[in-house]
Amino acid sequence: MGEERAIVGEVVEASERPSAPREIPILSMRGIDKRFPGVVANDDVGFDVLPGEVHALLGENGAGKTTLISILYGLQQPDAGEIVIDGKAVRLLNPRHAMAQGVGLVAQHFHLARRHTVAENIALGLADTPFLRPTRRLERRIAELASHYGLEVDPTARVWQLSPGEQQRVEIVKALLQGARLLILDEPTSVLTPQEAERLFGVLEQMTSEGKGVIFISHKLDEVMRVADRITVLRKGAVVGRLSAEDASPADLARLMVGDFNPPRIKEAPPGTAPVARLENVWARNHRGLPALRGVDFDIRAGEILGVAGVAGNGQAELVEVVSGLRRPDSGRFSILGRDVTELGVRALLENGVALIPEDRNRMGTVPAMSVAENLVLRQYRRAPYARRGLIDWKAVAGFAKRSIDQYEIATPSQATRARLLSGGNVQKLILARELSGEPRLVVAAHPTYGLDVGATALTHDLLLRQRERGAAVLLVSEDLDELLQLADRILVMAQGRVAGIVSASAADRERLGLLMAGSTREPQGAVA
Amino acid sequence: MLGLRFQRNPDPSPWLVLGVSIGAVAGALLVTGLLFALHGVDPLAAYATIFRKTMLDGRGFSEVVRKSIPLLLAGVGLVLAFRARFWNIGAEGQILAGAVAASGVALFVPVPAVLAVPAMFLAGFLGGAAWGFLPAILKVRLGVNEIITTLMLNYVALYIVRWLINGPWRGQSVTGFSYSDRFPAHAWLPTLGSTRLHWPTLLIGLLLAVLIAFVLFRTRLGFEIRMMGESPEAARYAGVNFLWTTVALVCVSAGAAGLAGVGEVAGIHHRLVEPNSISLGYGYTAIIVALLARGNPLAAIATALFLGTVFAAGDIMKVSLRLPSQMPSVINGLVLLFLVCSEPLLRYRLRRRARTDARAEGGARA
Repeated sequence: MGEERAIVGEVVEASERPSAPREIPILSMRGIDKRFPGVVANDDVGFDVLPGEVHALLGENGAGKTTLISILYGLQQPDAGEIVIDGKAVRLLNPRHAMAQGVGLVAQHFHLARRHTVAENIALGLADTPFLRPTRRLERRIAELASHYGLEVDPTARVWQLSPGEQQRVEIVKALLQGARLLILDEPTSVLTPQEAERLFGVLEQMTSEGKGVIFISHKLDEVMRVADRITVLRKGAVVGRLSAEDASPADLARLMVGDFNPPRIKEAPPGTAPVARLENVWARNHRGLPALRGVDFDIRAGEILGVAGVAGNGQAELVEVVSGLRRPDSGRFSILGRDVTELGVRALLENGVALIPEDRNRMGTVPAMSVAENLVLRQYRRAPYARRGLIDWKAVAGFAKRSIDQYEIATPSQATRARLLSGGNVQKLILARELSGEPRLVVAAHPTYGLDVGATALTHDLLLRQRERGAAVLLVSEDLDELLQLADRILVMAQGRVAGIVSASAADRERLGLLMAGSTREPQGAVA
Repeated sequence: MLGLRFQRNPDPSPWLVLGVSIGAVAGALLVTGLLFALHGVDPLAAYATIFRKTMLDGRGFSEVVRKSIPLLLAGVGLVLAFRARFWNIGAEGQILAGAVAASGVALFVPVPAVLAVPAMFLAGFLGGAAWGFLPAILKVRLGVNEIITTLMLNYVALYIVRWLINGPWRGQSVTGFSYSDRFPAHAWLPTLGSTRLHWPTLLIGLLLAVLIAFVLFRTRLGFEIRMMGESPEAARYAGVNFLWTTVALVCVSAGAAGLAGVGEVAGIHHRLVEPNSISLGYGYTAIIVALLARGNPLAAIATALFLGTVFAAGDIMKVSLRLPSQMPSVINGLVLLFLVCSEPLLRYRLRRRARTDARAEGGARA
């Protein structure tokens, strides 16, 4: 296959995007089901892509977009459903099958060999690459393609020298040279500057004008409205809306994306008024040295749960690190009960009553190779009664472990069992038991229920609420708006490293949160910064 | 789809670990046996001869133990470093640094005779530690790969020893050879009976193995070292001071190798000699000692004894069996090779059509 598909300039329709749907879609996915233990990733999902169309898949993190795409790219097999390409049902057992069918993927994280040149990287993915001097003839083809689509890349540049935007162009060129007629772009603008994003949209227009199809995955409403012809909205693994871009409004999309179910609230006491922790104009960089927090201001009161909402990568991770002492801010002030703790590290903050329930339970939250008991004192090991004069008192540790295992009902064969043998829910119980043991003043919980089953989720919620009742301040970072609306007193929305707004949860409506999260320019009224 | 599948084995039992380690050693000895046969030596008879002359002969056994001493000291140090995932490949240089420091004290520092030996051990420890200090600092502060720095410092130490024995420390009373003057008699280590077994070093080695086991499993520092090795992210979260902890553990690790150097010059040669005579590659073989001990300082006593036997067998193979003198190196290499290749047997098990790995696939979700 693929002979008739000229790689460059197969002009199917030279004019505008097709106004009327054509007979045969490039792709139809029908009734796709995919289940993982405890989670339904895709539930009867279907959509199609017409030639010359940009079809957007919109949804929050965890809505099932990435699973759907891995199925289409042959990375995973659906439990049920079919994939039809050019009117023929196909089975895509691996990415090579998908490529042979003309499906190309530009993943969120690029798959390029950093020390090799652009041409070498592209040669690596082509079937007809000669054994000797693999990049001969290729540089000219790359240059042709680049000028045709406006995808300027220097074939002789080494990948590590390129910006993320340029690397993305390399991935697109690679996919096109592999014969892609249907290009999947997974969160393509997350690494781009606004100018680079505009250029990308230009490239997409050129491609669709030639009858190629594009699947555009995003959670940014503005962008989706700007580039898509049709939009399929996913929520919790299911399709909740199919719209044409002309008929959609950002408000509709936001509502579809986050749902409009308001769960019952289960809090009793009102939050206190005394601020426990305060951040003033805090700036910080991420691990790549780029600005991640740009002047963050807020305070958390005793007996309050402050929810932090936002699309992944808008500074929430860095905020968690700053507040727990894992990252020093560049400037600004962070204080606890009025005391300046900006320059203190993680250990000193722990001693100041800051508990952290980390996002990554198996890399940071626990040491999988160490025992349950050791993990239960992972952060308290240096204090009495667990350590005296530099020696660990294993009896004291065992006593604490026994009490914690009983109290939190951690299912483990013994306290000497290695933590890696515990299930996800039990690992989280272990972390909670440890972090909540010292009556912390500030509890920082980063995505505490991500990937947990219903029971463990309920327990985690209950424990966080109990901390609130006890008078602790709780900073709850989550991508699950239901969770935030259910637990938080106020919800802080982060966008591009800034506080886009802080809204009282009782007054919060999902549409407003969705718009703030999506970084839409159409800001809702009344957001209190 | 294939019916059979490798599945991760998260928690290999101690028996499996022991079995696989013994299997690796047995595999290496089997291949060595083939090499014996190729040289026209009956492998069974050869092994019998080696066994008789090392294990059943008093003098032979004392040589085995003597050669195990530097392996034990350096090996126990490496167990500590490897626990923290600090890949110290520089025990060879650290042995030489310890030997130089001890020789300096013996030759040039006027200390009371009774204090000479303790002062030499102290100097040797500090000399070794100094050789580990730089790579530790460079790793934590600048992220410089410690494998490269420790390895390269071996050559620096080697050439410093050569320079010393050919230059400033060259003996007044020696002609034609390159070595220092003989140490005064009070700087000699006592030996057991008529053997060359310098028992004080052996005692220090055994004590150090116990001490390091104690540090690792009973102290706060040991908890931090294990945490840092198993999961640097978690150690950061727990507030471990990487700089201090790394420097401390590497200095102890390198200092232990330095003590081995003291034993060689003060117990056997009684002078600073050619680097290749001070250490017969003990620093490199100690890596095998540590890997074979799999993170357990007490197990290093047994593995040091095993590799000491291989060293001692070298002489027997050369003299009694007329085999090439490189045989011990061949055996060491084979043991290491089999050991590394046996790792997957610990970490994976072969399973029939395994159920789906929930965690791996769940991770692929949005």
